[in-house]
Order: sequence, then C-alpha cells, then structure tokens
Amino acid sequence: MDLLDFARGPALTGALAIFVLGTLWRLMGVLRRPRMPDLSPPRAGASSNLAGAMRAIVRGMWPRKEFRQTALYTAINGYVFHIGLALVFFGYAPHIAFIHRVTGLWWPALPDWVMYLAAAATILSLLLALLFRLTDPVRKMISNADDMITWTLIFLPVVTGMAVLSEPSATVLARGHAIYPGPLAVHLLTLELLLIWFPFGKLMHAFLFMFSRGATGMRFSHRGVDL
Amino acid sequence: MSTTAQLPSSFDQQGDQSDEARVEAALRSFVSEFGVTTALHMESCVRCGLCAQACHFHVATGDAKYTPIRKLEPFRRTYLREASPFAPLMRAFGLVRKTNIADLQQWQELLYDSCTMCGRCTLACPMGIDIAELVKEARHGMFKAGLVPDRLALMDRTARQWGSTATPGDDLPDILAEVAREHGVEIPCDLEAADMLVTAAPAELGEHTKALADAARILNRIGVKWTMHQAGFDASNIGFNNGDLELQEKLTRALIDTAVKIGAKTVLLPECGHAYGAARWEAARWYGQALPVRIIHMTEFLDELIESKQIRVNKISGTATFHDPCQIVRRGGLEAAARRVMAALGVELIELENHGLTGYCCGGGGGVVSNQRAAPLRQKVFEIKRQQVDATGAKRLITSCGQCLITLEIGAKNAHWDKRAESLLELVADNLAG
Repeated sequence: MDLLDFARGPALTGALAIFVLGTLWRLMGVLRRPRMPDLSPPRAGASSNLAGAMRAIVRGMWPRKEFRQTALYTAINGYVFHIGLALVFFGYAPHIAFIHRVTGLWWPALPDWVMYLAAAATILSLLLALLFRLTDPVRKMISNADDMITWTLIFLPVVTGMAVLSEPSATVLARGHAIYPGPLAVHLLTLELLLIWFPFGKLMHAFLFMFSRGATGMRFSHRGVDL
Repeated sequence: MSTTAQLPSSFDQQGDQSDEARVEAALRSFVSEFGVTTALHMESCVRCGLCAQACHFHVATGDAKYTPIRKLEPFRRTYLREASPFAPLMRAFGLVRKTNIADLQQWQELLYDSCTMCGRCTLACPMGIDIAELVKEARHGMFKAGLVPDRLALMDRTARQWGSTATPGDDLPDILAEVAREHGVEIPCDLEAADMLVTAAPAELGEHTKALADAARILNRIGVKWTMHQAGFDASNIGFNNGDLELQEKLTRALIDTAVKIGAKTVLLPECGHAYGAARWEAARWYGQALPVRIIHMTEFLDELIESKQIRVNKISGTATFHDPCQIVRRGGLEAAARRVMAALGVELIELENHGLTGYCCGGGGGVVSNQRAAPLRQKVFEIKRQQVDATGAKRLITSCGQCLITLEIGAKNAHWDKRAESLLELVADNLAG
C-alpha cells in the first residue's frame, strides 16, 4: 500500500468516522443538556418559537446597519471564504469524481476557470482573516489555539490542492490515474486532518450556528422582540 | 483566549471562605447554569470579535479587554472542563486549565464594573450568542464565591434583611403617608384585598417620591382598587443584578405571594428595567409554572390606559428624544409601547442615532450605577449617550426607567451638562386631561 492508497483507504475511512461520530457526539452532548423552560407568559401577539428561531437564523446572515461599519469587512470576507471554499469543494470536477467514488453521488462540475477564481479568492480571504486576527487588538486578545489550528487545517488542503493542479480537469479525469500520486496523497491527507479536527474545534459552528441563533431568537420573540 | 497571568487590578471579596472554597463555590454554580441554551452559546463562538464594537465600554475606551465575550472567560473555561461533550478529554490532557482564584478576582471588574447586561452585543454576534444572559449566569457563581463589588454586597445584605434596599417594610406605611401628604395624593397601603398590587423602585421611596405620587394619581384616576403592601413593595430586584439567586427568589416571592394573598390579578412594576427583567421574565421559574398574576411594566400600563381611553393626556409641545432602557426595550419588547405614549403626548420625537433595539445603554444598568468604584468608567460611557442626545437637538430627554434616569442625572452633573432627563410616567401624570 503506497501513500495514496493509504490516503484513499484507511486514512479516509478513519477520518470520516471521526468526523461523523465526533460531530454527532458533540451535537448530542450539547443538545441533551438540561432544558430550562421559560414559564413566563409570552407577550401578546408574539411570534411562535419556530418563527422567532427562523427569523434569528436569517437575521444573523448579515450585520445590522448599526454595526455594519465595523462588521462589513468581516461579513464580506467571511462570505468570500465560505462561498469560495464551497465552490472549490463541490464544483471542481476531480472533487466530484472523488465524492462519486466514495458515496455514489454525482452532479455537474463548474468550469475550471471558475474554480481557479474561487480558489484564489478563498486563499486571499484566508490570508486576510489571518492578518486581521494577528493585528486587530480585539481578535489578538480573544484568539486561542483553536483559531490557529483551524486556520492552518483549512489552508493546507487549499494550497496542497493548488500544488497538484497542472492540467485541465477534463484531462485529469480522462487519464483515470494520478500522475502526481505523492502530492495528491498529501492533499487528501490534509483534507482528512481537517475532517478529524472538525468536531473538536470551531469548525463545528457550521452546525451550531443554527441552534445558537435559534435559541436566542426564541428567547427574544417570546418577549415580543423582533430581532 | 489569552490567559496572561495579570494581577487583579481591583476586586472586593466578602466572607471568610478560603480561596479554594471560593473557587469551588463559583465553579459549582457555573456548572449548574450549563443548560442546553447556555451550552449552545458556549460552543458557538468563533472569536470574530464583533461583539466588541457593540459594547459601550469598548467603544468608549478602545480597550480590547472589554470585549464582551472575553468577560466570560472563566465561565467558558469551566464549561469546557466540566460540562462540554469533550470535558473528559479537556481534563485528561490538560487542554483547558482550571479557573483559579486569581482569574475570578481579575474578572470581577469585567463582570460587574464593565458590563451592564444591556445585551447590545447579543445583537452584534453573528452566532446569536446571548452574552448578556451568560454574564448574568456567571455573576451567580461570583456571588457564591463572595466576589462581588462591596457596594453591591452591602445593598444585597440590606435587601436580605429588609426586603428592599431602601427601607424596611415596617416603615413603608409611614413613608407612603408622608409622600401622600407631600404630593396631595392618596396612596393605599396594606389593604387586605385589592385588584392590583403596586410596587416601587427604591429611589421612589427616597429621593424620587414624585414618581410614586404620579403613579398614584393615575391609578386613582382610573378607579382601580390598588394597594401597596409592606410584605412586597420593592420591585427592583438587587439579587437579579448581583447574581444572588436566593435573594432574587426571596424578593420575587415577596411580590407574587403578596399579590396572591390579597387577591390581586396584576402586579404593576415601576419604571425600572431590571425589575421588569426579574419579575416579568424570570419570576415564573421560582414557581415551576405560569404565575397566577399578570406582571406589567409601567410603560405598557400607560400605553394600555391611553389606548383604552381610560386616561387622556394633554398635548405638550416641542421636540423630544427617547433613551431606550435596555431591559425594557431590547430585552423586554416595549419599544413600540413607549413611542405610542409619546405620540399620545404629542411630542415631536427625534430619535437618537442608535435607538430602539440597538440603542446604547446609559452605562448604569446591571448595578453599575450603584457600584461606586465603576464611576470613572461609567462616566466615559455616558459620553456616548450625551453626544447622541446633543446631536438630536431635541428639547426634552425622556426615558422610562428610574435607574437610567438616575444614571443620566449623575452623568449630566459630572459632565456639567444642562440636560434633565424626564420620566415618561412623570410626563403622563403631569399632563392628565380632564
């Protein structure tokens, strides 16, 4: 078994298992904490809990105008990063082929030039995020190891992916085998590291944000406050 | 987060517990707070720092230490070590160190002096973390550890003994009789049966008796059978602010049990923000079921009386701006009610740059106005409000919370600012028609 076989086989299986089980463990661990129900009567005409939660989830997608001056950069950079990464991960033909091999799922790929732009934007947004974290006094003060580990583990698959990029995706797929098995294995292993880290760090906000916003939305809508 | 070992700048402590006992008491209390919502909020922070820009203490000073989420560091650390899904890993590998006495001493200033639990940061957080609520929960542990500012502890002891920070219940009939004489209004006390139990804020029993008289004037006008009662009269729940849950329960029960005893269907709260938070939204937790009485804030009471035409008010001319009390508006849902009352009064409302849900706190909420050692910081924060009020050019400054009123008065005095804040109740009472 060479490194690529290892990355495509046991390493991938192990990483996916840790990702799925760890994520479920953390989610269940939080959601099974004791509930402290609000027994106060809701304000007359207040939205339902569900409506309050949904409104808060949507409301949180963009900063309020009062905070926009300071939050705008973070919001835009965040969107560039998230959308860029999603496009690269889900839209690049070799990635779709990989997902197809693992899950049987398939969908049409985006053109390579979109991928190159998305990857460049993702890398740029990651570098800006790091710069801001290292220079902004507030972020410097509140940052911890999770921030740096998470940043590194996101950055690695993106740059190692760029490193194995040398041909159009159609050529890569037509060939059917990797011409750079070593770098490709490294690329896959960095993704697996990311999957392994996912349940333990702040990447979990990908799932938690809905619950967190929703809980506050319910609390406030109960009181007649439309967030 | 940064955990640099700084010496505590200033802290007070009460009692003679050992440091170990204080830490254990605090951590036990913290752990008891970690229900599902708190846990979700502990788990979700991505440390974006956007809460800092919403916090008046950070905005006024530029000091990163006032970043709201950082005020929760000992609380967060305890969550991770003791209650999070990976707590055993955190402890086994020493990934998060245990909170120690120096942490608690250092964080006292951040939890009590530089947070008014106004919740503006909650609205700025992209994860929707209700930081104000978390600070309140963290204060419960600080109180158990005997680590609250001395001035608040003194008020706490007074309230435990008297049921009020203002006066013992025994003295209430005499105080009310004096207020009634001074303002020429009847104030019933200790009636055996009434439809409405009326409560007060401490200042209304001392320096601001006009507010009490104003409420009495309106209540007498509508002909409701009401009373104040020495068994439960002070609604501004100091336990709620200090983190003293036992006192919060005792003061809450005094109001609700008294109302039930006299057959009242309604408890009328004074113009006090934290009274509203403690009674309207938290009282039921002590009973384990919905309360048998309705809790209503003075602002919504006035709104309902005007809406139902039980009272009419004369129009007053001129412009006004409105300071939104955080617990009543942002965390209480009465933004529109206050504005309807002002519309009935005919004032030309010029809104502050930040108003309604995102209005800035006056700087005195959460007990900060009573915490004397926080005065210099509070004064810096007050400047934000002063500048926004001045920018409106409005003739009047109105608010609907006695604590805000006091903070604005103190702030104006210190800043040599010639703006007098007026209460909404006072304006309605002074302009009753017919």
